Amino acid sequence: MALDKNQIAQRIAQEVKNGYYVNLGIGIPTLVANYVRNDIEVEFQSENGVLGMGPFPYEGEEDADIINAGKQTITTLPGASFFDSATSFSMIRGKHVDLTILGAMEVADNGDIANWKIPGKMVKGMGGAMDLVASAENIIVAMMHTNKAGESKLLSTCSLPLTGVGCVKKIVTNLAVLEVTPDGFLLLERAPEVSIETIKNATEGKLIIPDHVPEMNL
Amino acid sequence: MITKKVNGVQEALQGVKSGMTMMLGGFGLSGIPENAIAELVRLNVNELTCISNNAGVDDFGLGLLLQKHQIKKMVSSYVGENAEFERQMLSGELDVELIPQGTLAERCRAAQGGFPAFYTPAGYGTEVAEGKETREFHGKMYVLEYAFDADFAFIKAWKGDAAGNLIFKGTARNFNPNMCGAAKITVAEVEELVPVGTLDPNQIHIPGIFVQRIFQGENYEKRIEQRTVRQKP
Repeated sequence: MALDKNQIAQRIAQEVKNGYYVNLGIGIPTLVANYVRNDIEVEFQSENGVLGMGPFPYEGEEDADIINAGKQTITTLPGASFFDSATSFSMIRGKHVDLTILGAMEVADNGDIANWKIPGKMVKGMGGAMDLVASAENIIVAMMHTNKAGESKLLSTCSLPLTGVGCVKKIVTNLAVLEVTPDGFLLLERAPEVSIETIKNATEGKLIIPDHVPEMNL
Repeated sequence: MITKKVNGVQEALQGVKSGMTMMLGGFGLSGIPENAIAELVRLNVNELTCISNNAGVDDFGLGLLLQKHQIKKMVSSYVGENAEFERQMLSGELDVELIPQGTLAERCRAAQGGFPAFYTPAGYGTEVAEGKETREFHGKMYVLEYAFDADFAFIKAWKGDAAGNLIFKGTARNFNPNMCGAAKITVAEVEELVPVGTLDPNQIHIPGIFVQRIFQGENYEKRIEQRTVRQKP
Protein backbone atom coordinates (compact mmCIF):
# COMPACT_ATOMS: atom_id res chain seq x y z
CA MET A 1 0.00 0.00 0.00
CA ALA A 2 1.36 3.39 -0.98
CA LEU A 3 1.46 5.88 1.89
CA ASP A 4 -0.87 8.82 2.24
CA LYS A 5 0.45 12.27 3.10
CA ASN A 6 0.05 11.75 6.82
CA GLN A 7 1.98 8.47 6.65
CA ILE A 8 4.79 10.16 4.73
CA ALA A 9 4.94 12.72 7.54
CA GLN A 10 4.86 9.90 10.10
CA ARG A 11 7.84 8.18 8.48
CA ILE A 12 9.82 11.44 8.24
CA ALA A 13 9.15 12.13 11.92
CA GLN A 14 11.39 9.12 12.67
CA GLU A 15 14.30 11.14 11.26
CA VAL A 16 13.79 13.90 13.84
CA LYS A 17 16.24 13.27 16.66
CA ASN A 18 16.61 14.50 20.21
CA GLY A 19 18.10 18.02 20.35
CA TYR A 20 17.25 18.94 16.76
CA TYR A 21 16.24 22.40 15.58
CA VAL A 22 13.98 21.73 12.60
CA ASN A 23 12.64 23.89 9.78
CA LEU A 24 9.44 22.58 8.22
CA GLY A 25 8.28 23.65 4.78
CA ILE A 26 4.68 24.12 3.71
CA GLY A 27 2.50 21.09 2.85
CA ILE A 28 3.39 17.54 3.94
CA PRO A 29 6.40 18.79 6.00
CA THR A 30 4.05 20.80 8.26
CA LEU A 31 2.33 17.52 9.20
CA VAL A 32 5.61 16.08 10.53
CA ALA A 33 5.21 18.07 13.76
CA ASN A 34 2.15 15.94 14.58
CA TYR A 35 4.18 12.71 14.66
CA VAL A 36 7.41 13.66 16.46
CA ARG A 37 7.91 11.55 19.59
CA ASN A 38 7.04 13.53 22.68
CA ASP A 39 9.87 12.06 24.75
CA ILE A 40 12.53 13.96 22.78
CA GLU A 41 13.47 17.66 22.81
CA VAL A 42 12.85 19.34 19.44
CA GLU A 43 12.28 22.97 18.47
CA PHE A 44 10.60 24.07 15.26
CA GLN A 45 11.95 27.14 13.48
CA SER A 46 9.84 29.27 11.18
CA GLU A 47 11.81 31.49 8.82
CA ASN A 48 9.66 34.55 9.44
CA GLY A 49 11.25 34.77 12.89
CA VAL A 50 10.22 32.28 15.55
CA LEU A 51 11.91 29.36 17.24
CA GLY A 52 9.80 27.13 19.46
CA MET A 53 6.60 27.09 17.42
CA GLY A 54 3.60 25.49 19.05
CA PRO A 55 0.21 24.36 17.73
CA PHE A 56 -2.50 26.57 16.26
CA PRO A 57 -4.18 28.83 18.84
CA TYR A 58 -7.57 28.11 20.36
CA GLU A 59 -10.39 29.96 18.70
CA GLY A 60 -10.49 33.55 19.94
CA GLU A 61 -6.81 33.51 20.92
CA GLU A 62 -5.38 34.25 17.45
CA ASP A 63 -2.78 37.03 17.35
CA ALA A 64 -2.03 38.85 14.06
CA ASP A 65 1.51 39.37 15.35
CA ILE A 66 2.26 35.65 15.79
CA ILE A 67 2.23 33.71 12.53
CA ASN A 68 4.30 31.05 10.73
CA ALA A 69 5.92 31.13 7.30
CA GLY A 70 2.60 30.06 5.75
CA LYS A 71 1.03 33.20 7.33
CA GLN A 72 -1.07 30.98 9.59
CA THR A 73 -1.77 32.02 13.17
CA ILE A 74 0.27 29.93 15.61
CA THR A 75 1.28 29.78 19.27
CA THR A 76 4.68 29.50 20.91
CA LEU A 77 5.90 27.00 23.47
CA PRO A 78 7.84 27.75 26.68
CA GLY A 79 11.42 28.62 25.72
CA ALA A 80 10.40 30.15 22.40
CA SER A 81 12.03 33.26 20.91
CA PHE A 82 11.30 35.83 18.22
CA PHE A 83 13.91 37.43 15.98
CA ASP A 84 14.33 39.44 12.79
CA SER A 85 14.56 37.96 9.27
CA ALA A 86 18.33 38.42 8.91
CA THR A 87 18.89 36.56 12.19
CA SER A 88 16.49 33.86 11.06
CA PHE A 89 18.52 33.25 7.91
CA SER A 90 21.75 33.38 9.92
CA MET A 91 20.35 30.35 11.73
CA ILE A 92 19.67 28.72 8.36
CA ARG A 93 22.75 29.68 6.33
CA GLY A 94 24.98 29.34 9.39
CA LYS A 95 23.97 25.68 9.72
CA HIS A 96 22.48 26.11 13.18
CA VAL A 97 19.27 24.45 12.03
CA ASP A 98 19.85 20.68 12.12
CA LEU A 99 17.19 19.45 9.75
CA THR A 100 15.20 20.94 6.89
CA ILE A 101 12.14 19.14 5.58
CA LEU A 102 10.56 20.47 2.42
CA GLY A 103 8.45 19.51 -0.54
CA ALA A 104 9.63 19.29 -4.15
CA MET A 105 8.33 19.13 -7.70
CA GLU A 106 11.41 17.24 -8.90
CA VAL A 107 14.60 15.76 -7.43
CA ALA A 108 17.52 14.53 -9.53
CA ASP A 109 19.74 11.56 -8.67
CA ASN A 110 22.65 13.99 -8.05
CA GLY A 111 20.65 15.78 -5.32
CA ASP A 112 19.43 18.75 -7.41
CA ILE A 113 16.00 20.01 -6.41
CA ALA A 114 13.33 22.01 -8.25
CA ASN A 115 10.39 23.31 -6.26
CA TRP A 116 9.68 26.96 -7.01
CA LYS A 117 8.85 27.63 -10.62
CA ILE A 118 6.96 26.13 -13.53
CA PRO A 119 7.76 28.10 -16.70
CA GLY A 120 4.64 29.57 -18.27
CA LYS A 121 2.68 29.43 -15.03
CA MET A 122 2.35 32.15 -12.40
CA VAL A 123 5.57 32.30 -10.42
CA LYS A 124 5.00 33.07 -6.78
CA GLY A 125 8.63 33.06 -5.72
CA MET A 126 11.12 30.95 -3.85
CA GLY A 127 10.53 32.43 -0.41
CA GLY A 128 13.21 30.96 1.83
CA ALA A 129 13.64 27.70 -0.10
CA MET A 130 16.86 28.65 -1.90
CA ASP A 131 18.54 29.74 1.33
CA LEU A 132 17.42 26.55 3.04
CA VAL A 133 18.60 24.12 0.39
CA ALA A 134 21.89 25.95 -0.22
CA SER A 135 22.95 25.67 3.40
CA ALA A 136 21.30 22.85 5.30
CA GLU A 137 23.51 19.80 5.90
CA ASN A 138 20.53 17.58 6.35
CA ILE A 139 17.69 18.01 3.87
CA ILE A 140 14.81 15.58 3.60
CA VAL A 141 12.34 15.95 0.75
CA ALA A 142 8.74 14.91 1.32
CA MET A 143 6.81 14.31 -1.87
CA MET A 144 4.75 11.93 -3.95
CA HIS A 145 6.87 9.62 -6.09
CA THR A 146 5.06 10.63 -9.29
CA ASN A 147 3.16 13.75 -10.40
CA LYS A 148 -0.53 13.97 -11.20
CA ALA A 149 0.16 12.79 -14.77
CA GLY A 150 1.86 9.69 -13.34
CA GLU A 151 5.35 10.81 -14.36
CA SER A 152 8.32 10.22 -12.09
CA LYS A 153 9.49 13.07 -9.88
CA LEU A 154 12.80 11.27 -9.22
CA LEU A 155 14.79 12.06 -12.32
CA SER A 156 18.24 11.81 -13.85
CA THR A 157 18.07 15.58 -14.49
CA CYS A 158 15.52 18.10 -13.26
CA SER A 159 13.49 19.59 -16.11
CA LEU A 160 12.19 22.55 -14.08
CA PRO A 161 14.26 25.57 -12.96
CA LEU A 162 16.43 24.56 -10.01
CA THR A 163 16.08 25.69 -6.42
CA GLY A 164 19.46 24.27 -5.44
CA VAL A 165 22.19 21.98 -6.72
CA GLY A 166 23.41 18.72 -5.19
CA CYS A 167 21.77 19.37 -1.86
CA VAL A 168 19.10 16.74 -1.18
CA LYS A 169 20.25 13.90 1.10
CA LYS A 170 17.11 11.88 1.64
CA ILE A 171 13.67 11.53 0.06
CA VAL A 172 10.55 10.05 1.56
CA THR A 173 7.76 9.41 -0.94
CA ASN A 174 4.48 7.54 -0.88
CA LEU A 175 6.40 4.50 -2.20
CA ALA A 176 9.88 4.55 -0.69
CA VAL A 177 12.68 6.01 1.40
CA LEU A 178 15.72 6.82 -0.72
CA GLU A 179 19.14 8.25 -0.04
CA VAL A 180 20.98 10.38 -2.59
CA THR A 181 24.44 8.88 -3.11
CA PRO A 182 27.23 9.68 -5.60
CA ASP A 183 25.94 6.70 -7.63
CA GLY A 184 22.25 7.61 -7.64
CA PHE A 185 19.12 7.00 -5.55
CA LEU A 186 19.82 4.24 -3.05
CA LEU A 187 16.59 2.46 -2.15
CA LEU A 188 16.54 2.15 1.64
CA GLU A 189 12.97 1.17 2.44
CA ARG A 190 9.73 0.52 0.61
CA ALA A 191 6.18 1.30 1.69
CA PRO A 192 4.30 -1.67 3.13
CA GLU A 193 3.38 -4.19 0.41
CA VAL A 194 4.85 -2.02 -2.36
CA SER A 195 7.03 -4.06 -4.68
CA ILE A 196 10.50 -3.13 -5.83
CA GLU A 197 9.17 -3.40 -9.38
CA THR A 198 6.60 -0.66 -8.65
CA ILE A 199 9.31 1.63 -7.28
CA LYS A 200 11.59 0.88 -10.21
CA ASN A 201 8.87 1.75 -12.71
CA ALA A 202 8.11 5.00 -10.90
CA THR A 203 11.75 6.13 -10.75
CA GLU A 204 13.24 7.69 -13.88
CA GLY A 205 16.63 8.54 -12.28
CA LYS A 206 19.32 6.01 -11.48
CA LEU A 207 18.09 3.61 -8.80
CA ILE A 208 20.38 1.39 -6.74
CA ILE A 209 18.56 -1.63 -5.35
CA PRO A 210 20.29 -3.49 -2.52
CA ASP A 211 19.73 -7.23 -2.03
CA HIS A 212 17.41 -6.62 0.86
CA VAL A 213 14.99 -3.67 0.98
CA PRO A 214 12.96 -3.71 4.19
CA GLU A 215 9.44 -2.41 4.49
CA MET A 216 8.95 0.86 6.36
CA ASN A 217 8.12 0.55 10.00
CA LEU A 218 5.31 3.00 10.71
CA MET B 1 18.43 63.20 23.53
CA ILE B 2 17.82 63.82 19.85
CA THR B 3 14.15 64.00 19.00
CA LYS B 4 12.87 62.04 16.02
CA LYS B 5 9.19 62.52 16.72
CA VAL B 6 7.06 64.03 13.99
CA ASN B 7 3.38 64.94 14.13
CA GLY B 8 1.73 62.21 12.17
CA VAL B 9 2.08 60.42 8.91
CA GLN B 10 1.95 63.46 6.60
CA GLU B 11 5.00 65.04 8.18
CA ALA B 12 6.70 61.64 8.34
CA LEU B 13 6.45 61.17 4.58
CA GLN B 14 7.66 64.63 3.56
CA GLY B 15 10.09 64.37 0.67
CA VAL B 16 8.55 61.24 -0.82
CA LYS B 17 8.47 61.55 -4.60
CA SER B 18 7.48 59.50 -7.61
CA GLY B 19 10.22 57.24 -8.92
CA MET B 20 11.77 56.61 -5.50
CA THR B 21 12.89 53.27 -4.07
CA MET B 22 11.09 52.26 -0.87
CA MET B 23 11.70 49.50 1.64
CA LEU B 24 8.60 48.31 3.47
CA GLY B 25 8.70 46.00 6.47
CA GLY B 26 6.36 43.08 7.07
CA PHE B 27 5.92 39.38 6.36
CA GLY B 28 2.61 38.70 4.71
CA LEU B 29 0.34 41.25 6.39
CA SER B 30 2.12 40.95 9.74
CA GLY B 31 4.12 44.00 10.78
CA ILE B 32 3.39 46.09 7.69
CA PRO B 33 3.52 49.91 7.94
CA GLU B 34 -0.22 50.41 7.46
CA ASN B 35 -0.19 54.17 8.00
CA ALA B 36 2.70 54.83 5.61
CA ILE B 37 1.05 52.71 2.89
CA ALA B 38 -2.22 54.63 3.28
CA GLU B 39 -0.33 57.91 2.98
CA LEU B 40 1.55 56.73 -0.14
CA VAL B 41 -1.85 56.00 -1.67
CA ARG B 42 -3.12 59.45 -0.68
CA LEU B 43 -0.01 61.19 -2.04
CA ASN B 44 -0.57 59.32 -5.31
CA VAL B 45 3.16 59.03 -5.99
CA ASN B 46 3.93 56.50 -8.69
CA GLU B 47 6.72 54.71 -10.55
CA LEU B 48 7.83 53.36 -7.18
CA THR B 49 10.28 50.53 -6.68
CA CYS B 50 9.18 48.63 -3.58
CA ILE B 51 11.44 46.28 -1.65
CA SER B 52 9.23 44.11 0.53
CA ASN B 53 9.13 40.38 1.20
CA ASN B 54 5.56 40.11 -0.09
CA ALA B 55 3.17 42.25 -2.10
CA GLY B 56 0.13 42.26 0.16
CA VAL B 57 -3.28 40.95 -0.81
CA ASP B 58 -5.70 42.49 -3.32
CA ASP B 59 -7.28 44.98 -0.94
CA PHE B 60 -4.71 45.41 1.82
CA GLY B 61 -1.03 46.12 2.35
CA LEU B 62 0.94 46.81 -0.82
CA GLY B 63 -2.11 45.62 -2.76
CA LEU B 64 -3.53 49.11 -2.15
CA LEU B 65 -0.63 50.66 -4.08
CA LEU B 66 -0.92 48.05 -6.82
CA GLN B 67 -4.63 48.82 -7.27
CA LYS B 68 -3.68 52.41 -8.13
CA HIS B 69 -0.77 51.37 -10.37
CA GLN B 70 1.73 53.23 -8.22
CA ILE B 71 4.37 50.49 -8.25
CA LYS B 72 6.74 50.12 -11.19
CA LYS B 73 8.88 47.35 -9.73
CA MET B 74 8.62 44.89 -6.84
CA VAL B 75 11.61 43.22 -5.22
CA SER B 76 10.25 40.33 -3.15
CA SER B 77 10.77 36.68 -2.25
CA TYR B 78 7.15 35.52 -2.48
CA VAL B 79 4.22 37.19 -4.15
CA GLY B 80 1.27 34.79 -4.07
CA GLU B 81 -2.20 35.63 -2.75
CA ASN B 82 -2.71 38.69 -4.96
CA ALA B 83 -4.72 38.49 -8.21
CA GLU B 84 -4.11 42.11 -9.25
CA PHE B 85 -0.39 41.59 -8.78
CA GLU B 86 -0.55 38.54 -11.03
CA ARG B 87 -2.49 40.43 -13.68
CA GLN B 88 -0.02 43.35 -13.74
CA MET B 89 2.95 41.01 -13.76
CA LEU B 90 1.66 38.88 -16.64
CA SER B 91 0.64 41.94 -18.68
CA GLY B 92 4.13 43.39 -18.26
CA GLU B 93 2.92 46.53 -16.43
CA LEU B 94 4.83 45.51 -13.34
CA ASP B 95 8.48 44.53 -13.19
CA VAL B 96 9.15 41.82 -10.59
CA GLU B 97 12.50 40.70 -9.21
CA LEU B 98 12.21 37.56 -7.11
CA ILE B 99 15.11 36.89 -4.78
CA PRO B 100 15.70 34.39 -1.97
CA GLN B 101 14.25 35.52 1.34
CA GLY B 102 17.53 35.33 3.23
CA THR B 103 19.24 37.32 0.50
CA LEU B 104 16.51 39.96 0.74
CA ALA B 105 17.04 40.25 4.50
CA GLU B 106 20.82 40.34 4.16
CA ARG B 107 20.76 42.99 1.41
CA CYS B 108 18.85 45.15 3.91
CA ARG B 109 21.24 44.35 6.76
CA ALA B 110 24.26 45.03 4.52
CA ALA B 111 22.88 48.47 3.65
CA GLN B 112 22.24 49.11 7.34
CA GLY B 113 25.69 47.99 8.38
CA GLY B 114 27.86 49.50 5.66
CA PHE B 115 28.70 46.41 3.63
CA PRO B 116 28.53 47.08 -0.13
CA ALA B 117 28.06 43.39 -0.96
CA PHE B 118 28.37 39.87 0.42
CA TYR B 119 28.62 36.28 -0.74
CA THR B 120 25.77 33.86 -0.09
CA PRO B 121 25.31 30.22 -1.08
CA ALA B 122 21.59 30.84 -1.79
CA GLY B 123 20.70 30.55 -5.46
CA TYR B 124 24.04 29.21 -6.66
CA GLY B 125 23.49 27.07 -9.78
CA THR B 126 20.00 28.50 -10.30
CA GLU B 127 18.66 31.27 -12.53
CA VAL B 128 18.91 33.65 -9.54
CA ALA B 129 22.71 33.56 -9.95
CA GLU B 130 22.68 34.19 -13.71
CA GLY B 131 24.98 37.07 -14.61
CA LYS B 132 26.24 37.40 -11.06
CA GLU B 133 29.79 37.02 -9.79
CA THR B 134 30.43 33.68 -8.10
CA ARG B 135 33.36 32.54 -6.02
CA GLU B 136 34.55 29.43 -4.25
CA PHE B 137 35.31 29.46 -0.52
CA HIS B 138 36.48 26.27 1.19
CA GLY B 139 35.24 24.12 -1.68
CA LYS B 140 31.73 25.57 -1.86
CA MET B 141 30.34 28.06 -4.38
CA TYR B 142 28.81 31.40 -3.42
CA VAL B 143 27.02 34.23 -5.25
CA LEU B 144 27.87 37.93 -4.83
CA GLU B 145 24.84 39.99 -3.84
CA TYR B 146 24.74 43.76 -3.33
CA ALA B 147 23.38 45.92 -0.54
CA PHE B 148 20.13 47.71 -1.36
CA ASP B 149 20.15 51.42 -2.10
CA ALA B 150 16.78 52.87 -1.06
CA ASP B 151 15.43 56.38 -0.50
CA PHE B 152 12.99 55.55 2.28
CA ALA B 153 12.43 52.64 4.68
CA PHE B 154 8.91 52.43 6.10
CA ILE B 155 8.82 50.22 9.13
CA LYS B 156 6.31 49.31 11.80
CA ALA B 157 7.13 48.66 15.44
CA TRP B 158 5.08 47.86 18.52
CA LYS B 159 6.46 50.47 20.92
CA GLY B 160 8.79 53.37 20.43
CA ASP B 161 9.82 56.68 21.96
CA ALA B 162 10.67 60.15 20.66
CA ALA B 163 14.36 59.19 20.56
CA GLY B 164 13.45 56.67 17.86
CA ASN B 165 14.11 53.60 20.00
CA LEU B 166 11.98 50.65 18.94
CA ILE B 167 10.58 47.41 20.31
CA PHE B 168 8.83 44.86 18.10
CA LYS B 169 6.23 42.24 18.96
CA GLY B 170 6.16 38.59 17.92
CA THR B 171 6.76 37.72 14.30
CA ALA B 172 5.66 41.25 13.31
CA ARG B 173 9.35 41.97 13.81
CA ASN B 174 10.49 40.15 10.61
CA PHE B 175 12.21 42.52 8.13
CA ASN B 176 11.46 45.70 10.08
CA PRO B 177 14.65 45.84 12.19
CA ASN B 178 16.82 44.96 9.16
CA MET B 179 15.38 47.86 7.17
CA CYS B 180 15.99 50.44 9.92
CA GLY B 181 18.91 52.60 8.83
CA ALA B 182 19.12 50.72 5.53
CA ALA B 183 17.67 53.62 3.49
CA LYS B 184 18.49 57.32 3.35
CA ILE B 185 15.50 58.07 5.60
CA THR B 186 13.89 55.55 7.95
CA VAL B 187 10.32 56.31 9.00
CA ALA B 188 9.01 54.29 11.93
CA GLU B 189 5.35 54.09 12.85
CA VAL B 190 4.45 52.59 16.21
CA GLU B 191 1.33 51.26 17.85
CA GLU B 192 2.34 52.98 21.05
CA LEU B 193 4.58 56.02 21.29
CA VAL B 194 5.64 56.05 24.96
CA PRO B 195 7.31 58.87 26.94
CA VAL B 196 11.10 58.93 26.71
CA GLY B 197 12.63 57.07 29.62
CA THR B 198 9.89 54.47 29.99
CA LEU B 199 11.45 51.89 27.66
CA ASP B 200 14.12 49.83 29.41
CA PRO B 201 17.40 50.41 27.49
CA ASN B 202 18.15 46.71 27.97
CA GLN B 203 15.07 45.77 26.00
CA ILE B 204 15.45 48.07 22.96
CA HIS B 205 15.54 46.09 19.70
CA ILE B 206 16.57 49.02 17.47
CA PRO B 207 18.39 52.05 18.87
CA GLY B 208 17.09 55.45 17.72
CA ILE B 209 20.22 56.23 15.70
CA PHE B 210 18.81 54.05 12.89
CA VAL B 211 15.54 56.02 12.76
CA GLN B 212 15.08 59.53 11.35
CA ARG B 213 11.33 60.00 11.94
CA ILE B 214 8.90 58.34 14.31
CA PHE B 215 5.18 58.84 14.77
CA GLN B 216 2.21 57.39 16.60
CA GLY B 217 0.30 55.27 14.09
CA GLU B 218 -3.50 55.19 13.97
CA ASN B 219 -6.33 52.79 13.25
CA TYR B 220 -4.33 49.59 12.90
CA GLU B 221 -6.36 46.84 11.28
CA LYS B 222 -3.67 44.15 11.69
CA ARG B 223 -5.49 41.81 9.34
CA ILE B 224 -4.87 38.08 9.69
CA GLU B 225 -4.11 36.38 6.36
CA GLN B 226 -4.64 32.73 7.36
CA ARG B 227 -6.74 32.33 10.48
CA THR B 228 -5.92 28.86 11.76
CA VAL B 229 -7.28 27.62 15.07
CA ARG B 230 -7.87 24.42 16.98
CA GLN B 231 -10.88 23.45 19.06
CA LYS B 232 -10.69 23.74 22.81
CA PRO B 233 -10.63 20.28 24.36
